[in-house]
Amino acid sequence: MKNYETVIGLEVHVELATKTKIFCGCSTAFGAEPNSHTCPVCTGMPGSLPVLNRQVLEYAIAVGLATNCEITRDAKFDRKNYFYPDNPQNYQISQLYLPICRNGKVEIETKSGKKYVGIHEIHMEEDAGKLIHDEWEDCSLVDYNRSGVPLIEIVSEPDMRSAEEVIAYLETLRMLIQYLGASDCKLQEGSMRADVNLSVREAGAAKFGTRTEMKNLNSFRAITHAIENETERQIDLLEEGKTVVQETRRWDDNKGYSYAMRSKEDAQDYRYFPDPDLMPVHVDDEMIDEIRAKQPEFRSKKMERYKREFDIPEYDIGIITQSKHMADLFEEAAALCGQPKKVSNWLMGETLRLLKEKNEDAEDIRFSPGNLAKLISLVDAKAITGPVAKDVFEKMFEEDIDPEAYVEQHGLKTVNDEGALRQTVERVLAENPQSVADYKGGKQKAIGFLVGQTMKAMKGKADPGLVNQMLREMLE
Amino acid sequence: MSILDCTAVELSEKIKSGECTAVEAMEAVFERIGEKEEAYHCYITADKDAALKRAGEVQKRIEAGELAGPLAGVPVAVKDNICTKGILTSCASKMLMNFVPPYSAAAVENLERAGAVLIGKANMDEFAMGSTTETSYYGATKNPADPGHVPGGSSGGSAAAVALSECFMALGSDTGGSIRQPASYCGVVGLKPTYGMVSRYGLIAYASSLDQIGPLTKNVADAAYLLEAVSSYDEKDSTSVKEADRDFTSALAEDVRGMRIGVPRDYFGEGLDADVKEAVLAAAGKFKEAGAVVEEFDLGMVEYAVPAYYTIATAEASSNLERFDGIKYGYRTKDFEGLHNMYKKTRSEGFGAEVKRRIMLGSFVLSSGYYDAYYLKALRTKALIKKAFDEAFAKYDLILGPVAPSTAPRLGESLSDPLKMYLGDIYTIAVNLAGLPGISVPCGKDKNGLPIGLQLIGDCFAEKKLIRAAYTYEKLTTAELK
Repeated sequence: MKNYETVIGLEVHVELATKTKIFCGCSTAFGAEPNSHTCPVCTGMPGSLPVLNRQVLEYAIAVGLATNCEITRDAKFDRKNYFYPDNPQNYQISQLYLPICRNGKVEIETKSGKKYVGIHEIHMEEDAGKLIHDEWEDCSLVDYNRSGVPLIEIVSEPDMRSAEEVIAYLETLRMLIQYLGASDCKLQEGSMRADVNLSVREAGAAKFGTRTEMKNLNSFRAITHAIENETERQIDLLEEGKTVVQETRRWDDNKGYSYAMRSKEDAQDYRYFPDPDLMPVHVDDEMIDEIRAKQPEFRSKKMERYKREFDIPEYDIGIITQSKHMADLFEEAAALCGQPKKVSNWLMGETLRLLKEKNEDAEDIRFSPGNLAKLISLVDAKAITGPVAKDVFEKMFEEDIDPEAYVEQHGLKTVNDEGALRQTVERVLAENPQSVADYKGGKQKAIGFLVGQTMKAMKGKADPGLVNQMLREMLE
Repeated sequence: MSILDCTAVELSEKIKSGECTAVEAMEAVFERIGEKEEAYHCYITADKDAALKRAGEVQKRIEAGELAGPLAGVPVAVKDNICTKGILTSCASKMLMNFVPPYSAAAVENLERAGAVLIGKANMDEFAMGSTTETSYYGATKNPADPGHVPGGSSGGSAAAVALSECFMALGSDTGGSIRQPASYCGVVGLKPTYGMVSRYGLIAYASSLDQIGPLTKNVADAAYLLEAVSSYDEKDSTSVKEADRDFTSALAEDVRGMRIGVPRDYFGEGLDADVKEAVLAAAGKFKEAGAVVEEFDLGMVEYAVPAYYTIATAEASSNLERFDGIKYGYRTKDFEGLHNMYKKTRSEGFGAEVKRRIMLGSFVLSSGYYDAYYLKALRTKALIKKAFDEAFAKYDLILGPVAPSTAPRLGESLSDPLKMYLGDIYTIAVNLAGLPGISVPCGKDKNGLPIGLQLIGDCFAEKKLIRAAYTYEKLTTAELK
């Protein structure tokens, strides 16, 4: 077999976090009653007209600046004409001729080092509604709540060469956009969607091969799997002396293969033309300066600062800064309790464990920095023990309870009454003569069992250090 | 003198002084509709009970002192492509035969705020595509001067209703002459405002970059008052103009001294009827007599307006009319197999021939491979036409010419030769392409007694100059034209 190279470019759709839709005042909130967030504009009523939501423009420019794009000073919207029931006007308002951002690049890092991936353009557009097929009634229903939800489409150059680079690129985009607050970028929920354009060519060849476009990729795992599968499929075709057909394919993640949806020959003519209902969007220096001034400290800058300011491992810094939400939480909690190392430990340990267990992202963390700081202070003051702290944290992770009040209400405070503790220790020693004998016979480990028994008897509310000390004294 | 002989402003005075009521005015209108409608067919919808109820409510508010404006209590007809909440808005198409909008157009809301009372919805060419009101799914409107002739179009129902006193005033829409041309054919005043003066929100789009709502009235003063009532900045329409002088009625003054009026030679060449030419040139003479500086000049680009217009307008229309698909509202075919077949049958059965012709033409000029050659070239032509007008308005306050090459054609004559019909728009179309205001004022009759219209064209936002000139001309000629 010859040596092949995979060439990949991505089209990434990102749903923007605006409160209202791109061309009307309807809410973008997810999960409402079908067709309850609609109006004449987003249902394509005759005579209705679109008006651009300025926040969409601001987010698009912010993402463009973060990806080193040129901002188009006189951008336009175009109509993409195609008939489908989820598209109430039967044209989608998008940008073809003068998209808002062009010629950008982002730096990605993989095991083999750093490289740039070019951004061809970023354009603004409206999302379509949702079709639901009712098998029972044998009819299709349409919900226009999503119709007009703002999207940006980020089109990369064909600069990626492996699934690993694709994932690194998507992670980089996701972090930039989440840092900007422009979207939550969740693949599973569809607020970030990636279509993969892929071709293969013999290593060293000057020209690109024929590409296919892969759709329906809902997770990083599916993307990786689909890229590997499509690369193999194309190489097999070429090895057999066949040609790759330019077509759109749909990935079936359960079955682990893709099938052709439509070929280039039956590609539609979208008859793009400038939307006469919308004025050209003029972007002046002042607007760009304002948006630039509002840009947050991005991850690489933040990591450098953390290394200077906080005495925590570089690995922890890397994890914490992957999410702006987690980084903000870290900094606020650290400022409140003055113990960055301990805050980091809670985030790296229990927080990550619980997120993984519940299959959630760092963006989903609900507890407040204030409550985490309080919990740390309670442990420091020896008011609660480590095991109790873990239980309280779990409660706090779920419901953001105030740990001080919770500990008080549930009587979880450590018992510092030496008399009561001494009584319990005496009882434990009396009940476990074998362990006492073992210890006295030189088996130091036996003390661990006795500490455990005492803690159990105290329902965890004793200071284990103190228990240990008391046991040793009494055993000597 | 019948109440129906009053102009809109005169009627409102009478209502406010207690001489008559809004309800009586509405009753008189429906009495006239009863007499004339069968022969002339100006309306698609005219619900007497509902109209009288609306008039009664307005009368109460006038008596309570809540409504005191110059159009309070005046019955008005609204073209059927302008959305009226709860009232059928069909665009004269089978496609929207059951479409009752859940909202009113901004212009209609403005009318209501002014206290005007809706009579019903005026007939028109289907989706405003046509110059005769014969493409209406509900049947043609007839010319009030001679029912064997068309009233013009596409706002033919509005123009004829004004001429027949089936209303006191009417709203139309003008994409390529659809207010001015029927006004000319029916002998009434029709004003197409500068693009952006009146909100298009709720106007069912034909060609979005050219459409404008405007008044059709018995005289120039009514046109100024009606325009003042409906014109407003509207944040729901991105093309609406914010900073503009909308005090139109202040221009109702009889004075054209020193006004510079250009008469384009290119508007008086081949194809122009002798009677029309004579009447329009006589009007130019009147202006000169009244102290205006009138001179001939070459405008240029005139022959390119029709092809540029039919490229741009149909391109936009092909996209604007995509939403009529049988899914959400309007007509849906009875029997179909699958989605594609439903679209195809619904649209084949729901649209008339002229609409289909324009959708096909527009789809073609936007197609991949033709876009540059047709659509972009038409946009460049549009820019050159605007430039020709800019140069003219550097020299002149107004441009004077005919509205149409002829008076109203016979019924059936135009549709048999669409190309000829399109060429009939030659004097009105450039005004839309350049976004300018234009007014049609009666200036005489041809040898068969059919009305002739005089067109005055102004620079963008020069409505007040138009109104002043048209008002002056009307005052000078009313007596002799009658």
